Amino acid sequence: MNSQIQMTEAPPGVEGQGFFATRLDSVVGLARKNSIWPLPFATSCCGIEFMATMASHYDLARFGSERMSFTPRQADLLMVMGTIAKKMGPVLRQVYEQMAEPRWVIAVGACASSGGIFDTYSVLQGIDLIIPVDVYVPGCPPRPEQIIDGVMRIQDLIGKESIRRRNSEEYKKLMEEYMIK
Amino acid sequence: MLNQHVPFDYLPILLQFLVAASFVIITLLATHMLGPKASGKRHDDTFECGLDSVGNARNPFSVKYFMTAILFVLFDVEIIFLYPWAVNFKALGWFGYIEIVIFLALLMAGFYYVLRKGVLNWETRDDND
Repeated sequence: MNSQIQMTEAPPGVEGQGFFATRLDSVVGLARKNSIWPLPFATSCCGIEFMATMASHYDLARFGSERMSFTPRQADLLMVMGTIAKKMGPVLRQVYEQMAEPRWVIAVGACASSGGIFDTYSVLQGIDLIIPVDVYVPGCPPRPEQIIDGVMRIQDLIGKESIRRRNSEEYKKLMEEYMIK
Repeated sequence: MLNQHVPFDYLPILLQFLVAASFVIITLLATHMLGPKASGKRHDDTFECGLDSVGNARNPFSVKYFMTAILFVLFDVEIIFLYPWAVNFKALGWFGYIEIVIFLALLMAGFYYVLRKGVLNWETRDDND
């Protein structure tokens, strides 16, 4: 096999002749984290950086995310890139709510993370005011390498997540905090 | 003896079918059991790019939209046939000319019928609207 092709490492487990036993958590995590379908929610210049991230030079497809989903039904990762005006807030929230579980959110750039330079009455001061965010990517706008790093941090989270997390009390409480049913 | 098979020899194939079928069934069931679920009124609502959906999509609307679309197809097909005819205009000669006149006459007869029916009268508002 070509040595330049990097394969995912097998999770820790018991190996024997003709069999391999490991935890279900790690198998599910391994499958999930290497097949993330992102839903781009690009509202400004970070979206342009995202286009470069998806294109051939940076190529997010190397991390199993080449298939962008423009409906939330099949998406795993909501990538919010750009300034979210307060009028856009309910729209973003609706998109998040219509995603199927398990779902993750990445806030790309200063605006999505904190409102950025737009410290005004009309701009939402960070999307974590309306939806839970897993990873924040700093930068105004961040370079494609940073966006890729953010996606890799999401991969880390997904790989380590317990299967039971989404049914746990802690997660339900988090959803209640955001009043998401 | 070489070409003699008893039904028992085909048992591995049956087993393979069973394994294939049960893999599909078990995978389908397991994903439903293992995966978390989101539900709720807003979650199950029609996806309208984040906006609330308004009304029912199955409303009756004016037949003129349909007629306009069909008329477009009519002229579209006409152009598709006219272009190759125009390119080979000299080679096809009078025979081709008469053929295309017949073709156009048929199409125009339909178009005349449509015009007489008043499909392109945008101003009128009849009860079927």
